[in-house]
Amino acid sequence: MAATQMQTDIPTPQDATDTVKKDWPGRWSNMNKFLDRRGPFCDSGFIPGHGEDILLNQCRILVIGAGGLGCEILKNLALSGFKEIEVIDMDTIDVSNLNRQFLFRQSDVGSPKAKVAAEFIMKRVAGVKVSYYYGKIQDKDEDYYLGFHLIICGLDSVEARRWINATLVNMVQDDPERIRVLIDGGTEGFKGQARVIIPTITSCYECSLEMLSKPTSYPICTIANTPRLPEHCIEWASVLQWPKLRENEKMDTDDPIHIQWLYETALARAKEFDITGVTYSLTQGVVKNIIPAIASTNAIVAASCCNEAFKIITNSQPYLNNYMMYTGNEGVYTFTFEHQKKSDCPVCGIQNISVEVKRDITVEDFIDFLKEKPDIQLKKPSLTKASTNEKIYWQSPPFFEQKTRPNLEKKLSSIVEEGDDILITDSSLPISLTVKISYV
Amino acid sequence: MIKIWSIKKDNSSAEKKKPKVSAAQIRVQKDLTELALPETMQMTFPDEHDLLNFNLSITPDEGFYRGGIFRFTFNINNNYPHDPPKVRCIQKIYHPNIDLEGNVCLNILREDWKPVLNLNSVLVGLQYLFLEPNADDPLNKDAAEDLRTNRKNFEYNVKQSMRGKDVKGVYFENVLS
Repeated sequence: MAATQMQTDIPTPQDATDTVKKDWPGRWSNMNKFLDRRGPFCDSGFIPGHGEDILLNQCRILVIGAGGLGCEILKNLALSGFKEIEVIDMDTIDVSNLNRQFLFRQSDVGSPKAKVAAEFIMKRVAGVKVSYYYGKIQDKDEDYYLGFHLIICGLDSVEARRWINATLVNMVQDDPERIRVLIDGGTEGFKGQARVIIPTITSCYECSLEMLSKPTSYPICTIANTPRLPEHCIEWASVLQWPKLRENEKMDTDDPIHIQWLYETALARAKEFDITGVTYSLTQGVVKNIIPAIASTNAIVAASCCNEAFKIITNSQPYLNNYMMYTGNEGVYTFTFEHQKKSDCPVCGIQNISVEVKRDITVEDFIDFLKEKPDIQLKKPSLTKASTNEKIYWQSPPFFEQKTRPNLEKKLSSIVEEGDDILITDSSLPISLTVKISYV
Repeated sequence: MIKIWSIKKDNSSAEKKKPKVSAAQIRVQKDLTELALPETMQMTFPDEHDLLNFNLSITPDEGFYRGGIFRFTFNINNNYPHDPPKVRCIQKIYHPNIDLEGNVCLNILREDWKPVLNLNSVLVGLQYLFLEPNADDPLNKDAAEDLRTNRKNFEYNVKQSMRGKDVKGVYFENVLS
């Protein structure tokens, strides 16, 4: 029964730029099976028959990263009906990406990933608009991120994830209309995870920081004295020899000349200790902390991220709550659980309160007030003016205690204006407390 | 369920003052303001507005290194506490676990670092290195061998090095004052 239907009205890739043919009857018929009728698990807010319009005409989605996961995510979104996509990536294409980052070709090596990926998707999938930004996520501000309905991340760095997570959580400012859902995918060899973060409502990326496996590192005394592995020799070259012999030069792990130097230094060390296995690519792998990237794992995780995006945007099915881990390295195992918010999370665990104080209260009296107020009861609060980071009074270290002590006698209102926030840290707080001041 | 489609088109109204402080900085701030520094430790900040780079001096009041002032630099990056602080000794000292370039062999600064540890844990670790130098994880092999084979001789060599004298031909920095 394997009958192949000839559909002559499907545009060929060459026709894709032809705007007349960017849609054809039945193009989204499979997708519409989920969007045109109510299912048993549908949210009450789901309105049958509107999904295609939402995907095609309203939704703006941001993809962060155009690497292994990013290529898969862009392809999946475009083929599931998302029509307005933007992609950000700060990297250019390296020849080693070509085995799995399938939107790129040999001739693209050296070009920005975001640009090439965006152009490829537009050329290949009719009617989709992909804009791109070749640069860092940190270049963009809240207004930019507010301009999307949903953000999907396929990043390879903890630092970039922490940044976007903190930005989206801080952006909410107690206003539910400023919430932008973040879907984060990540892979490491045969392992991966997909998670849905609803800033300020679910646990955030920072809440799970302690779950991360740390990058492999070796005791520095082993590196210095008793190397046994090729990795020990490479670490010796990069951690101990580089700062010693090339003191005033910053190591650039993307510079082949630097890698070559590290490789040769490590190789000499390995010979001395009769260790085999130091190669140029291992050197690169160790100093750049390269994790093996497997195309199929990227495909699995990206697929999961995009399905969640589809369900959240269309309201058509319940979505992931909130963490799916995929363990492909020991058989196949997936586990989905609700990662809990962490009370001492420095991003989403910051408590906010407002207090009214007399206009002539001194800083010292205000601190006593914080200690005595029954619903706060701090022990040794340290105060910082949130808008400027100016230290009002710090209990420790002595360096700052002495510098800020003269402020104790001053009036609080001479430092903090009406409506300003004071950031407070104290041993009795999980992380910190923001107090909004008004004077009476 | 999250109501994505209730999002307003115009978001320009919300203009609230928010600190541009990273999660790393908030953690460092918490770590710093809750430190209980013993009298044997002093912390200074070359740039008061930069909490991520500071100096620490340790003046041990017992053990082999009593009477010296040992100076370290701390460099914390924006990935703290995922990444440990980078700590260096800025003097040339004779110590089994600190090499002549100032690298420090302390497990919690590298392979055993965890985000639940904090600056206080690192300070306790450093303090401990001066009270109980450890010959089993040597970074300065000669000093470690010295400590293992002849404690009296090691003690003498430490005293010599702290005065700025040489030990086996290597000159050290005077850390007494």
